[in-house]
Amino acid sequence: MKTSALLIRTPEGIVFSQLLAGPVTRFLAWLVDAACIMAMVMVMGFVLGVLSIISADLAGAASALGYFVISIGYGITCEWFWRGQTVGKRLFRLRVVDVEGMRLQFNQVVTRNLLRFVDALPVMYFVGGIACWLSPKCQRLGDLAANTVVLRMPRATEPDLDQILAGKYNSLRQHPHLAARLRQRVNPGEAAIALQAVLRRDEFEAAARVELFAELAEHFRAKVELPVEVTDGVADEQFLRNVLDVIFRSRTGEAQGKS
Amino acid sequence: MIIDLQQFVASERPAWAELEKLLDRIEAEPNWRMPLEQLQRFHLLYERTASDLARIATFSAEPETRRYLENLVARAYGEIHETRERRRRVYPLRWFMQTLPQTFRRHIRQFYLSVAITLVGCAFGGLALWFDPDSRHTTMAFGHDDITPEERVAREEKAVNSGLSDGKTYFSAFLMTHNTKVSILTLALGITWGVGTGIMLFYNGVILGAVAMDYIRAGQTKFLLGWLLPHGVIEIPAILIAGQAGLVLAVALIGWGRRVPLAARLREVSRDLMTLIFGVGLMLIWAGIIEAFLSQYHEPLIPYELKIAFGLIELILLCLFLARSGMKGREGDRVLVLGSGGIGTRNTQHVTRLRAP
Repeated sequence: MKTSALLIRTPEGIVFSQLLAGPVTRFLAWLVDAACIMAMVMVMGFVLGVLSIISADLAGAASALGYFVISIGYGITCEWFWRGQTVGKRLFRLRVVDVEGMRLQFNQVVTRNLLRFVDALPVMYFVGGIACWLSPKCQRLGDLAANTVVLRMPRATEPDLDQILAGKYNSLRQHPHLAARLRQRVNPGEAAIALQAVLRRDEFEAAARVELFAELAEHFRAKVELPVEVTDGVADEQFLRNVLDVIFRSRTGEAQGKS
Repeated sequence: MIIDLQQFVASERPAWAELEKLLDRIEAEPNWRMPLEQLQRFHLLYERTASDLARIATFSAEPETRRYLENLVARAYGEIHETRERRRRVYPLRWFMQTLPQTFRRHIRQFYLSVAITLVGCAFGGLALWFDPDSRHTTMAFGHDDITPEERVAREEKAVNSGLSDGKTYFSAFLMTHNTKVSILTLALGITWGVGTGIMLFYNGVILGAVAMDYIRAGQTKFLLGWLLPHGVIEIPAILIAGQAGLVLAVALIGWGRRVPLAARLREVSRDLMTLIFGVGLMLIWAGIIEAFLSQYHEPLIPYELKIAFGLIELILLCLFLARSGMKGREGDRVLVLGSGGIGTRNTQHVTRLRAP
């Protein structure tokens, strides 16, 4: 079955997932790498142009060997020293890893790069692209032979939960029984949507932001019958922050309320 | 229903940060060896973070924290559960004198198959030319069909030098890179369950058989041997070994009669493929030098007997090397491997594991 994530179950019974890179992103990364190889070959050509003054034969030989070494060695060297990344992969936040989540071995790097000779057939990685598209784990033939996958690694940062309320007055805290009922009735999915809306609020256009928070606030108001003083004069966005505050910061919030 | 995320993050953050710092150092310094106490701490931090991931996955749907923890656990998991030996130093001489010939002998059946396919191609090319001389225009490559053997011999023997006096180094480099590309393609086509590798070997055999038959029919056998042997005794076995590597890959893909998962079978041969193709690369460098600097010189500059003798000596040395070298060196014992990829056997040179009873 085709999936967009690589699921790994550790011997401790923990399951974690990693996002798999699709053929289009990988192709774009390859274009960048191809440009890097071309740039290196051009620099080499310039240097060898000077050598050709001394011996055209020697310069021709160095050029043939240099192109060969750069075109084959680029991927191997970068992926080995940058732990599964090339310039293109770094730019698109991709990384080659072992299919079982283990450390990438040198022989795996070599194998997947040598198999490019088949993946690149007939032109522009057509075979590799088709294999990647059909493979359940988005593997080209080289990945299959080397037991590797290419992952998408979005920047992993700790969430800034302080921005949910950041010490502001929360009218819901004045009614502990209503807060408890809210916590009881909101499921994790609903809470996650509300949290994401608050965390990513600056990414929305102004009109869309107002509309989204109005809809969400209406949804959460319907969960519990709230007295007028709790909702009156509180903007939809602030109301949602208050809801998230009682859901995600129950114990600390209660402690603050008591003090 | 939902854990107190704020408090949870606040209390666990120091452990995550410590683990992240250790992982950064491990990744930046691959040769760094942790002291035992730090290793124990690293394991503890991994287990704690994995446990945090389990909690957050069960009790909360906050994706950002979950993604952050998954990233940390994935990085630490690879370091802790990896059992394959990490090579800290490379020993080129030991690799050349032991690992390469041992690997070649370990997969000798695939080499014999590679030779057999090439011989069938040779027979086909030779017989095709014998029965239909016009077939030389389709079975010969690199412009060999443009000129008859008699014309070629007359031209070469008339030349004062090799005819490459201005471009020997470039020609040598061209041969090395071209033949290495063909060899890598022959290996890589093993991914087509060996069909592509078989076609490449057969096609090489056809060209070789046709060229050889062309010169033999024209009575130029001595020239042929003097021309081909110095570099061919290394170049042709190199292509055969590349074919062997392709067939090793194909056998691992097919997995006849083995109840080992595909991933485990491929993992088993991965290092051998690399060893064989690096060996092929070295052989082709040597063959390229000999072809450009010796093979292109003919009588009266160099007697054919001398070139043939040189080729035969090379062939004997190569056979001795592949058959005998590294016999006294320790061939890695086969050990039982229990991994998430299944049960199989691996070489102790590849993994450090529990010895099978």
